[in-house]
Amino acid sequence: MGELKLPPIDYSALAPMLILFGVACVGVLIEVLVPRKSRNVVQLVFTLLGVVAALIVLIINRNTRIVTIGGAVAFDGPTVFLQGAILLLGAVSLLLIGERSVEAGGAFVAQAAVVVGSDKDSRQSAGQPGLTEVYPLAAFALGGMLLFVAANDLLTMFVALEVFSLPLYLLCALARRRRLLSQEAALKYFLLGSYASAFFLFGVALLYGFAGGVQLGVIHDAVADPQRSQVLLYGGLGLVAIGLLFKSALAPFHVWTPDVYQGAPTPITAFMAACTKVAAFGALLRVLYVAFEGVRWDFQPVLGTVAVLTMLLGSILAVTQTDMKRLLAYSSIANAGYLMVGVLALNPDGLSSTMFYLVAYGFSVLAAFAIVSLVRDSDGEATHLSRWAGIGRKSPLLAGVFTLILLAFAGIPLTSGFTAKFAVFGAAIDGGQTWLVIFGVVSSMLIAFPYLRVVVLMWQSEPSESTPAVSIPGFLTSAALGLGVLVTVALGLFPAPLIDLTREASQFVR
Amino acid sequence: MKDFPFLSILTLLPLVGAGVVAAIPRAKAELAKLVALIWSLVVLVLSVFMWVAFTVNSSDRFQFHEKYSWIPAWGANFTFAADGIALVMLMLVAVLFPVVILASWHDVDQSRRSAPTYFALLLVFEFTMIGVFAAADVFLFYVFFEIMLIPMYFIIGSFGSGQKQYAAVKFFLYSLVGGLFMLAAVIGLWVVGGHTFDFEALVKAGQSINPDTARWLFLGFFVAFAIKAPFFPFHTWLPDSGGAAPAGAAALLVGVMDKVGTFGILRYCLPLFPEASRWFAPAALVLSVIGIIYAALLAVGQNDLKRLVSYTSIAHFGFIGIGIFAFTTQGGTGSVLYMVNHGLATGLLFIVVGMFVARRGSSLVSDFGGAGKLVPVLAGVLFFAGLASLALPGTAPFVSEFLVLIGTFSTHKAYAVIATTGIVLAAAYVLWMIQRTTQGTLNPVLDEVPAMRKDLSLREKFVVAPLIVLLLVLGFYPKPVTDVINPAVQKTLEDVGTQDPTPAVADGKAAR
Repeated sequence: MGELKLPPIDYSALAPMLILFGVACVGVLIEVLVPRKSRNVVQLVFTLLGVVAALIVLIINRNTRIVTIGGAVAFDGPTVFLQGAILLLGAVSLLLIGERSVEAGGAFVAQAAVVVGSDKDSRQSAGQPGLTEVYPLAAFALGGMLLFVAANDLLTMFVALEVFSLPLYLLCALARRRRLLSQEAALKYFLLGSYASAFFLFGVALLYGFAGGVQLGVIHDAVADPQRSQVLLYGGLGLVAIGLLFKSALAPFHVWTPDVYQGAPTPITAFMAACTKVAAFGALLRVLYVAFEGVRWDFQPVLGTVAVLTMLLGSILAVTQTDMKRLLAYSSIANAGYLMVGVLALNPDGLSSTMFYLVAYGFSVLAAFAIVSLVRDSDGEATHLSRWAGIGRKSPLLAGVFTLILLAFAGIPLTSGFTAKFAVFGAAIDGGQTWLVIFGVVSSMLIAFPYLRVVVLMWQSEPSESTPAVSIPGFLTSAALGLGVLVTVALGLFPAPLIDLTREASQFVR
Repeated sequence: MKDFPFLSILTLLPLVGAGVVAAIPRAKAELAKLVALIWSLVVLVLSVFMWVAFTVNSSDRFQFHEKYSWIPAWGANFTFAADGIALVMLMLVAVLFPVVILASWHDVDQSRRSAPTYFALLLVFEFTMIGVFAAADVFLFYVFFEIMLIPMYFIIGSFGSGQKQYAAVKFFLYSLVGGLFMLAAVIGLWVVGGHTFDFEALVKAGQSINPDTARWLFLGFFVAFAIKAPFFPFHTWLPDSGGAAPAGAAALLVGVMDKVGTFGILRYCLPLFPEASRWFAPAALVLSVIGIIYAALLAVGQNDLKRLVSYTSIAHFGFIGIGIFAFTTQGGTGSVLYMVNHGLATGLLFIVVGMFVARRGSSLVSDFGGAGKLVPVLAGVLFFAGLASLALPGTAPFVSEFLVLIGTFSTHKAYAVIATTGIVLAAAYVLWMIQRTTQGTLNPVLDEVPAMRKDLSLREKFVVAPLIVLLLVLGFYPKPVTDVINPAVQKTLEDVGTQDPTPAVADGKAAR
C-alpha cells in the first residue's frame, strides 16, 4: 500500500467557505458565552462581518482560475460570480433575519421545543426574544451554498447539498406565529428534500458506474466515449437532475414550494427564494454545461418540457392564490421556469443571462418579502390578499414600492425584471430554443394578471376596518428593502455593468 | 440650431416636471395645476423651435440625431431622431397636452384623490409619449411602448368613473399582451438582425431576413400595434377605457396614445419587413375596412357619449389603416395627416363631451336633449367638433380623408368604395348624436341641473379655441404639414419597395 498523499489545496480559493463555516462554529459558541440580552446584536454583527469578510476575500481572489483539492472544487468565473451573488443576497437576508423591532422579539420562536398552544407557547409568542441560533444555521447554509456552486465533483456537490439543506429545514420550523403551519412546512420540506437527496445520490452512483469517476471533467470525457453504457448515463443524469430540479423548484418537483414558502418565517422564505435559487441554478448550470454538454441534444427537449411545464404551472396557479406568500411562491416557480429557459440556451449568453437573472430576481424577491413582513396586525403578518385591499390609501409609500416590485416581476421595462427576462429570452432564441421563448411569453401574459390584481387591490379598493396598519420598518428591514428596490431600479435603468460582469464571468474551468 | 439636443431635452422635460408637480403638497392643488400647465407650455415652445429647425426635404431621413451609450453588450442605445412623421406626432403631443391639462382643471376636484398626483401622471404620460415618438432604437422604443401603460393605467383606474377598475385592468392586459408579442419579435429581430437595435442598421439587415422569419416577426409587431391602434378585432378595450377615463385623459388616449399603433406600423413594420408587409397588406386592408363599417355601426347605436366617441375613433383608425396599406404616397401622407387631424378633432370632441358630462353628471345621450337652448356656445362647439370628426370639407380631417381615399382608390378600388360608406355612417352617428343631445325640445330634467346653465367659461374658451383654429387652418392650408410628412412617407414606401401607380397621362390612354 502506497503512501497516502494529500492533494494540493489552494486555501485562498476556499477561504470564503472556510470563513463562513468558521463563523458558524464560533456562532454556536457565542450562543453559550454571550448573555441572552445582547446575543442578537452580537450574532448579527458577527455573522454579517463574516459574510463581508468572505466577500472581500472572494473579490481579492476574483481572477484566480483553478481546480483544487484533488478536483473537488472549481474556482472559475461562474464560481466567483455566483458566490458573490450568494454572499450579497445572504447579507441582505441577514438584515431581514436580524429585524427585531417590527415584531416584539422578531420573527423567530423563542424556544423551538415548546409545545404548540401551551401556556409557554403563548408566553413566548407574546414577545420573548427570538432564537439566535438562526445565525449560525444561516451561516452554515450560506457556506454550503458557496460550496454547492463551486463543487466540481458530484460527491462534493452532494455533501454541499446536505450542508445547506439541513439548516434550511430547521430554519423553516422556527416561525414565532402559526407554529403548526411552520412545523408542517419544515417536515414537508425535510421529507421531500431527503427524497430528492436520495435520488441525487443514486444518480451519482449510476454515473460513477458509467464514467468510473465522479468528477465533472471525467464524466464529460466519458460522455464523449460511445462505448460506455448509455443506460447508466441517462439513468444517472435523470436522477441527478431530479435532485437539482427539486432544489430549484421546477415542475413537477415544485409542489413543496408554496407550502414551505407560506409556513416558513418570512425572512427565511426570502432567504430561500433568493439564495437557494442562486445555489441550485448555479449547480444546475455547472452540471449541465461542464459534465453533460456532450448529450445536450438528448436532455434539451426533456428539460425544455420541464421549463414549459414550470412556467405554465407557476403562472396559472398563481392566478388562483389568495395568500400573498403563496402567490409569491408560485411567482417564484414561474421565475424558475424563465431561469431554465436561460439555462437551456446552452451557450455563453445562456450562462451569463441566467446569472444576471439570478441576481436581479434575488434582490426583487428579498424586497417583496420584506414588504410582506411589514403588513401585519395583532396576529402577525396579514398575508391574505383580501387584507391588502386599500393599503395604497393607508401607506402609499409601501404600496408604491410593492407596485414597483410587482411590475418588475411582470417584466415591465425600466425594472430589473424586464432586463433579466430580455437577457434569458434573447439567449434562448440565439441558442435555437424559440419554442421555449414562445411559452415564456405566453406565461408572462398569464402571470401579469395576479400581479395586476394585487396592484388593483392595493390602490383601487377602499380600505376597510380589517386593513392592517403597516408597521414602521425598523432600520434593518428598511435597509434590506431599500437595497432590493435600488437594485431593481438600477438594473432596469443601467444594467450594462452587471451584464459585462456576467459576460466576463461566463467561462467554466473543467 | 440643428445640433441642439432637442429630442432628449423634450423627452426628459415632462418627467422632471412630473417630479416637481408630484412634490407639491396635496393642499396646494391650484399651484400644482398651474405648474403642470406652464411646464407643458414650455414643452410646446421647445417643440415649436424644433419644428422651425427641421429642414424639409433634407437628404437625411432622420434629423436631430442623438445617441448615448446604454447597454453596449446588447447594442442598445439611447438613440433619438425624428423624421417627418415623428415630427408631426411630436407636435401633436406638445399641442394636446397643455390643452388637456387646462381642460382637466376641475376634473379631480371632487375626487378624493390628490390633484398633484393626477397632473404629475399626465406629465409622466407626456414623457412616455414623446419618448415613444422620438426613439430611433428598437429597444428604446419598446421600453417606452411598455411603460406608457403605467401612467394611463393609474389615470383610468384611480381617476376614472363608472367601471374604472374593469376598464383599467382590461386596458393594461390587452396592451401588455400586445407588448409581449412585440417583445418576442424584438428579440427575434435582434438575433437575426446581427445583435443590434439601431433602427437604420436593422432596416439594412431586414432586407436579408428569411421571408418566413420576417413574416413571424412582422406579425409580432403588427399584433402589438393593432391592439394599440386599435384595429378590429383587437378594439374592444378602447370603448371601455375611453368610457371610463376622465375626459381629458380619454382625449389623450385616442388623440395620441392610439397613434403609437399606426405610427409603429409605419415606422417599424413597413421598413423592417418590406416583403412581409406586402404579404400581409390584404389582410390588414380587410381588417381596416371591417373596422370602419363595424365601429361606425356600433357608434350609431351607442347611448353613452364617451363610448360613442371611442367607437368613432375606431372607425377612423380603419381609414388610417387602409391609407397605410394602400402603399401609395397619397394614401400614406393622408394617413399621417389623418393621425394629426384625428388627434385634434377627436381630442376636441372628447373634451367638449367631457364638458357636457361634467355639467350634467351623466354621460348618457338620453339624459340630454335640447341642451343647445341652455348652453348655446358649448353646443356650437360640439357641433363644430362633430362636423370636423365626420370630415366636413373646410375642416382638417376632410383633407386627410380625401387623400386616403384617392390614394387607396388608385390601387385598391373595392376597398376605397366600401370605405366611403363609412363617411355616410359617420354623418349618421355624429349628426344623430348632436340632434339627440343639443337640438329639439328641452329635456325638463336638464333645466333643473344648475350647472347646465353655465356656458363656456373663459378657461374653457381657451381650451377649445386653439383646437378649433388649428382644425380650420389645417383644413384650408395643410401644406406646411404635408410638406413635412411627404418625404418621410416616400422614404418609407421606398423601403417597402412599392411605387405609386403611374398617373394617367393625357395621351389618349384613359384613366384607369
